[in-house]
Amino acid sequence: MPSALSRVVKSRLFFALVCLGLVLALDVVVFAITNQQNFFKIELSPANTLTGPLMQILYWAPELVILAMGMTLVASCSAGADISVGSVMVLSGAVGIKILGGNNIENFKVEEYAVPLVLAFGAFIAVGALCGVWNGFLVAKLKVQPMVATLILFIGARAAAKVVTGGTILRVEPKSFRWLGNYITDSEGNNIFPVPTQVFVAIVVVAATALVLRFTALGTNIQSVGINAKASKIMGIRSDRTIWLAFVFCGVCAGIAGIIMTSKISSIDSQWGARMIELDAILAVALGGNSLAGGKFSLAGSVVGAITIQALKTGLLTAGVRAEQMPFYQAIVVVIIVIIQSPELRPMASRTLARMRKFSGKKVVKS
Amino acid sequence: MKTTTLTKIMAAACAMTFAVGLTACGSDTPAPPPPPSSDAPPATSTGNTGSSAMGAWDKNGDGIIVVGFAQTGSESGWRTANTQSFKDYFIPANGFDLKFGDANGDDATQKAQVRDFISQGAEVIVIQPLSNDGWEPVLKEAKDAGIPVINSDRRLQGLDQYYEFFFGSDMRGEGDRAVAWLEGYIAANNLSNSDIKIIHLQGQMGSDAQAGRTEGLEAGVQKNGWTILKQQTGEFARDKGQAAMAAILSSVQPTDFTVVWGENDDMVYGAIDAMTAVGLDPKDYIVISFDGNKSAVQMVKDGIIDAIAECNPLLGEQVGKLILRASQGEKIPSPTFSQEEVIDSTNVDAKLPIAFGS
Repeated sequence: MPSALSRVVKSRLFFALVCLGLVLALDVVVFAITNQQNFFKIELSPANTLTGPLMQILYWAPELVILAMGMTLVASCSAGADISVGSVMVLSGAVGIKILGGNNIENFKVEEYAVPLVLAFGAFIAVGALCGVWNGFLVAKLKVQPMVATLILFIGARAAAKVVTGGTILRVEPKSFRWLGNYITDSEGNNIFPVPTQVFVAIVVVAATALVLRFTALGTNIQSVGINAKASKIMGIRSDRTIWLAFVFCGVCAGIAGIIMTSKISSIDSQWGARMIELDAILAVALGGNSLAGGKFSLAGSVVGAITIQALKTGLLTAGVRAEQMPFYQAIVVVIIVIIQSPELRPMASRTLARMRKFSGKKVVKS
Repeated sequence: MKTTTLTKIMAAACAMTFAVGLTACGSDTPAPPPPPSSDAPPATSTGNTGSSAMGAWDKNGDGIIVVGFAQTGSESGWRTANTQSFKDYFIPANGFDLKFGDANGDDATQKAQVRDFISQGAEVIVIQPLSNDGWEPVLKEAKDAGIPVINSDRRLQGLDQYYEFFFGSDMRGEGDRAVAWLEGYIAANNLSNSDIKIIHLQGQMGSDAQAGRTEGLEAGVQKNGWTILKQQTGEFARDKGQAAMAAILSSVQPTDFTVVWGENDDMVYGAIDAMTAVGLDPKDYIVISFDGNKSAVQMVKDGIIDAIAECNPLLGEQVGKLILRASQGEKIPSPTFSQEEVIDSTNVDAKLPIAFGS
């Protein structure tokens, strides 16, 4: 029992969960003070949607959760980060909507689909994958540092999106486009299901990633490449191919996140869309207890990390903190979380726990 | 007065810092080209040296004024529409030849382009500056070369002696017009000022558009005894507006507020999304927006948005006509503001066909 407990305490996931708990506790206190209400209240609204602060976290978190999946694998095997994901999201959205509208784009608006919706969503993902192929080529084959390699698309993809859209916001009229990033509606526009669809998209992406990594050697390969690429190569793992694959997967995740982003606002805003989201995605991986220096990783940790970030943002926003001041409060909380999770502190915590147990044990013997 | 100056300085400072990403109106959609002007002056030359039908600014007297136009870039749809309006009006049929300089968001490029205009013999230079910094030497060169300069869109602070006049949108005026509209609405519907409880979605903090529109509202609130229930920035973006509104709605009751004031169309779309997501009907509230994109004007027609204070990117024709008047010797007051109105149910049918963007 004690060994099981200390194993839990030592695990990365435990600390990630503790941090999420702390952020939610902060939300509850701040929300209670500013609004005299319960942060966890969930009600069914007249529009047949579940509402409340907690539901808002679920509404806004999925893009970040999905991006964190790709980022986790990239960080694990390449010991770097893909900073292009936000720009790639915007580019996939621009190309996807352009294809969806085809010749039907009039006055910067898609009135009717030119191709089936599924095909357009395929285009979103294909653009993401292509960007991943490019990033992966630079990192795996040309051995460019990930940060530098992805800097190219970080700058270039958003600019390319502006070229595709002509610098405007392209809007999509048909309601079915909104289903994946909002609620599914019937023909009269009434919501059929009270939970936002993107939550299920995120669950599917996370589950699929976890299953593939569990039932193939890929998960192990990625980790061993991240720990020691040379040794892995000697063992017969194609480390360059593994890294390449991780970047392609990261691009695919950006494409899927791009679908949700554009569906949510039924338009593509290449100027302001997905700004700085890459930083949140990297932070999600770190908050999940994963090392950005590569090696072992925990997908669950990254999911918890992403939700932690969203819980913090949504919590502060519902508490009435000004959006432009938010990064400041975020920074404070992140500093605290990072200190809690630091590798120096974790063994210290488990040592303290062990000492306490020993102490209480002695007491029992004495009395 | 003191605070106004301070706010203006701060707004200018922020505009400098964020110049690349900002548009004058924070809106993001371009306009269809306006019809060519019908009252164009005759483009025929009188043949006399130094004077023409185009006035004193047509120095070589060929009946065509060569205009160098220094544009910030094409960072937004508002900007694209703005550029197009210049390209459409400054044509030989209207007595102009346009040299177009796209600075692509770069300050140094913009100044180099203005220098090029001077050396290439532009007869008038129109500057829509990216920032307020470092213009004095360039403007002095233009002045020494005897080339009149017009400042459009964003105002160059403290350099009035170097340009003929400033022309652009009056952001504070837009705020004031929206307030006046609300006062009229209250009177017409027998509402009381104490009923006016406002959710205020602000634009990108520090931008001219946000500062002016917020100042207008806050003055109206003070004057009429209205209440601002919640204030949050949606940074001119639809998803940010939606997130801000959703967060506000989770902490207020539907009966707590009566007015939604959003400082551009996109944030208002987002706010409406957030309201309908929790089962509130925007038609039950007074919704006020700014800019006047086509979709937003359509929403006025559908009764979803109650009023839009216009911010029109189509400055080209107005600037062109002012240049003609100045060239004929008329003194144009500085600042001169773009003609803008409030769009509501009374004039929406006339405004819908000519609305810009999507």
